[in-house]
Amino acid sequence: MIEINTRIEDDITVITVAGEVDASSSIELDQAIADAIETSQKIIVDCAQLQYISSAGLGVFMSYIQEFEAREVKMVICGLQEKVFNVFQILGLDQLLNICDSLDEAKSLANEV
Amino acid sequence: MRLNHWRMKYNYRIQCTKDQLKSIRAFVTRVLREHGVNDLVINELVLAVDEMCANLIIHSHQCNPNEFFDLHMRLDKGKGVTFEFIDKGEGFNITQYQEPTLEQVIKEKKKGGIGLILVRRIMDSIQFEQKNNKTIYRLFKKVDLG
Repeated sequence: MIEINTRIEDDITVITVAGEVDASSSIELDQAIADAIETSQKIIVDCAQLQYISSAGLGVFMSYIQEFEAREVKMVICGLQEKVFNVFQILGLDQLLNICDSLDEAKSLANEV
Repeated sequence: MRLNHWRMKYNYRIQCTKDQLKSIRAFVTRVLREHGVNDLVINELVLAVDEMCANLIIHSHQCNPNEFFDLHMRLDKGKGVTFEFIDKGEGFNITQYQEPTLEQVIKEKKKGGIGLILVRRIMDSIQFEQKNNKTIYRLFKKVDLG
């Protein structure tokens, strides 16, 4: 249902999320971000294979916004499919989170001072 | 011959466990796809249903696998799609729900509370009705059906 993999590229933690994030699986995304935040100040969440997200998944991203600021962590979300990006837009989260199209763009954005 | 008006009904009995959500989403997706609804609208409607079901399963039924509620889905050609969630007990009047702002959700680090905001923004109308010890949540959206 959900598959999450984490890898380190240079000093960036890249979390790839595949499948569907809902009320039963959002805890796994939550744990992956909680782990990444302990070791990295640059986090990319690659959502190219993410088929669906509900409020439970969006809530995970929102719950870390303050902590990202406090710890000076830069998180970038990339690769959102149109229907998934639409859900971020409905809530206005596209204005509050760093979102871009490709992994390369995300790396550039994560490396910006 | 293509009819300008028709109505189709589908019923789904939902067991109150979170692992049912995936099957519910697959059911709603299949029905809407069969009637030519585009993927973006399907995803929005599936999301609204998912949020309602997650709320009922988690908050009204505490994920008790021995409890159930019903989803009735009605498609009216020329009008749109209606979802009725029929549950026992008093329920929760979602029409009087005070929406938190996004700033409040972020500040309080709550991982819930935004599901019903999505439901309200996606659907055209939401009704709450109580009768004969049952609660009915009725969601409607105007959709072109093929």
